Amino acid sequence: MLSRAANELFWMARHIERAENTARLLDVTWRTSLLPYKVRELDLEWADPWAVPLVTSGTATSFYARNGDVSADAVLRFMILDPLNSSSIHACLAAARESARIVRGAITSEMYEDLNGAWLSLREHEDAAFGAGGVQPFCDWVKMRSHLFRGVTFGTMLRGEAYDFIRLGTHIERADNTARILDTKYHLLLPSVEDVGGAVDYYQWASLLQSVSGFEAYRKIYSNVISPRRVAEMLVLRDDMPRSLHSCMNLINDTLGNLCDERNRELMRLAGELHARLHYGRTDDIIHQGLHEYLMDFLERISALGDEISARFLVPAD
Amino acid sequence: MTTTVAYDEMRTADGTVRAHYGPFADWLARTPPERVVQKNDEAARAFHRVGITFAVYGEDEGTERLIPFDIVPRIIPAVEWSMLERGLLQRVQALNAFLADIYGAQRILNQGIVPRERVLGNAQFRAEMAGVLVAGGTWAHVAGIDLVRAGGGEWYVLEDNLRVPSGVSYMLENRRMMMRLFAELFATQSIRPVQHYPDLLLENLRAVSPLGIESPTVAVLTPGPHNSAYFEHTFLAQQMGVELVEGQDLFVRDQKVYMRTTRGPQRVHVLYRRVDDDFLDPTQFRADSSLGVPGLFDAYRAGGVTLANAIGTGVADDKSIYPYVPDMIRFYLDEDPVLANVPTYKLYLDDERDYALAHLDELVVKEVHGAGGYGMLIGPMSTRAEREEFRARILARPGNYIAQPTLALSTCPTLVESGVAPRHIDLRPYVLSGKTVHVVPGGLTRVALREGSLVVNSSQGGGTKDTWVVAG
Repeated sequence: MLSRAANELFWMARHIERAENTARLLDVTWRTSLLPYKVRELDLEWADPWAVPLVTSGTATSFYARNGDVSADAVLRFMILDPLNSSSIHACLAAARESARIVRGAITSEMYEDLNGAWLSLREHEDAAFGAGGVQPFCDWVKMRSHLFRGVTFGTMLRGEAYDFIRLGTHIERADNTARILDTKYHLLLPSVEDVGGAVDYYQWASLLQSVSGFEAYRKIYSNVISPRRVAEMLVLRDDMPRSLHSCMNLINDTLGNLCDERNRELMRLAGELHARLHYGRTDDIIHQGLHEYLMDFLERISALGDEISARFLVPAD
Repeated sequence: MTTTVAYDEMRTADGTVRAHYGPFADWLARTPPERVVQKNDEAARAFHRVGITFAVYGEDEGTERLIPFDIVPRIIPAVEWSMLERGLLQRVQALNAFLADIYGAQRILNQGIVPRERVLGNAQFRAEMAGVLVAGGTWAHVAGIDLVRAGGGEWYVLEDNLRVPSGVSYMLENRRMMMRLFAELFATQSIRPVQHYPDLLLENLRAVSPLGIESPTVAVLTPGPHNSAYFEHTFLAQQMGVELVEGQDLFVRDQKVYMRTTRGPQRVHVLYRRVDDDFLDPTQFRADSSLGVPGLFDAYRAGGVTLANAIGTGVADDKSIYPYVPDMIRFYLDEDPVLANVPTYKLYLDDERDYALAHLDELVVKEVHGAGGYGMLIGPMSTRAEREEFRARILARPGNYIAQPTLALSTCPTLVESGVAPRHIDLRPYVLSGKTVHVVPGGLTRVALREGSLVVNSSQGGGTKDTWVVAG
């Protein structure tokens, strides 16, 4: 297919996934902010729960430059409505819909109608979020629209290159997001690995799990109290957890297997190496290396992988 | 012709419903008005969701509007259609022969049937195309011929569109919508289908690929997502199952055209281009064009790629050439024209200009290189100041204008604020040339939604209707 069309599809999928992730972050932040517990280390900039979505999405600098102090309302408006914030739900859905419009011939009409329908009713839902409806129903709506779009894609689209580039976009964005969420909370709660326990930790880790739809899964898998070690294991190494790094890399690796031929050996090598680190990785080694260091390394590698995909397929030189 | 009473498509002068409108008129009569309005709203909502919108020039960036759709169909009986069909095929064959001739032997100019300076001095004439052998000898692969019906029920060709005529996606989407809204009417009468248009188009495009190509790759070339007809470009590409490309997706190497794909460069043999001549190749035409492909013209001339429509077709649809089309039909086909032209005063001729200037309040004056209904004077609806302005413009550059009697365009019942009322309409059938010459039954009916207005262009508040050719 056309490289430009593949690029639009890749970014359409990333933007929808990003809108969903922003909604998840805001939802869980909202819940955290209702808790009576305060975090111990108040000198940390993310001691205020409303700073967390800014740090996680990497938009803190531009937020402070334009909005000043953190408040629930300012952060919500910035993360939901601001067209200049590339992580805001509005900006993500606008970009996704524009990509879909540009390549509407490469997706099914059901997909276009679904996404266009979401875009056409977005304004109304935004108004409700800051009016009678409230933020949580809005976040639920965004998540449901993302699920719906993925379902329509899964149910209607020809299995081919276009489908593969959509899957690549979704899972690269998702892996990136899970790593960021885990890293922020890790910082927040664990100055050292042994410093664990207490009600604050419980609620903070529980909220992290909820933000990646992992709370119920955790209970099923471990039938045990929430421990940071197990949370890290679940979100990094377990391949049956759909938002874990391992699970995302499985999909990315398989998809690249469909797309690549002998001209793309470097890309396959990068993906294969990153996949092997997760496939054969051990929790003890990650903790030993330091989860933060591990996650930073992962983010760098997944970003390099994204660059290589771009250079090979999406924006090739002649 | 000078009558001011318009021909009503649905009823005769005494109010009797014409036979071919019978089933629809029955439906209208027994359906409560609010249900009719509801159907119309249903259609508008569906068009919005599907995204059949167009960008409006001059409005805010990103403004998207629907072309208003009207649920009362324009119905043509099959016997009448077969006459129109013969006339359309004849006309387009003659226009294609004319294009081949003026860029070739110029017989029609040498014999003085069309004045040489009208053609060679026309801004739309592309001297670069002289002697170019276009694939299959076809120049206007897609032609949109605008027809109107005047007060006595007689048909006229109002203009020919041979460059990049648009609107066919509305013809197809309108039909899809009507089949959804009026399934029972489609079940009980024989309404001729139009949905095979994209297949015919693809077949014709494949038939005009460069010589020796067994299985040609076809693509649609668009100016991009900001173009007002972008929806149509994506729609046609999708319906034909071919790539929709922009200039930036293509490059030329060794006089062949390639597109940049995820699997490396891929050769393109036929471009259904929806980009104007001027913007196709910055090395040949407008240097400031970022929509085109450097080297495309060179590849085209060398036969490395087929462009549909060919470069330089605009001269044949110019209003200054229009008066000569009946002569072309006689000259190339040795036949009498089936479809009449609107009588036209050529204002570069002294006696015709004198007459027109004396009757500006009755005539329609059109600028010959204009498009979109902008550079036009509708005499009976004009003010004295407007007529004076046109008089001055005509006198300054008489060759730039033609004048025609003001036709009372036929009306069709249309749903407006006050209920169902007559509004003026025209018809654009799409004629495809390539392997064969073919026209799908019907076309796009455009309707002037403002009461009394004769301007049907979508850029000026016109709407569209489905067009039915029914047995009878």
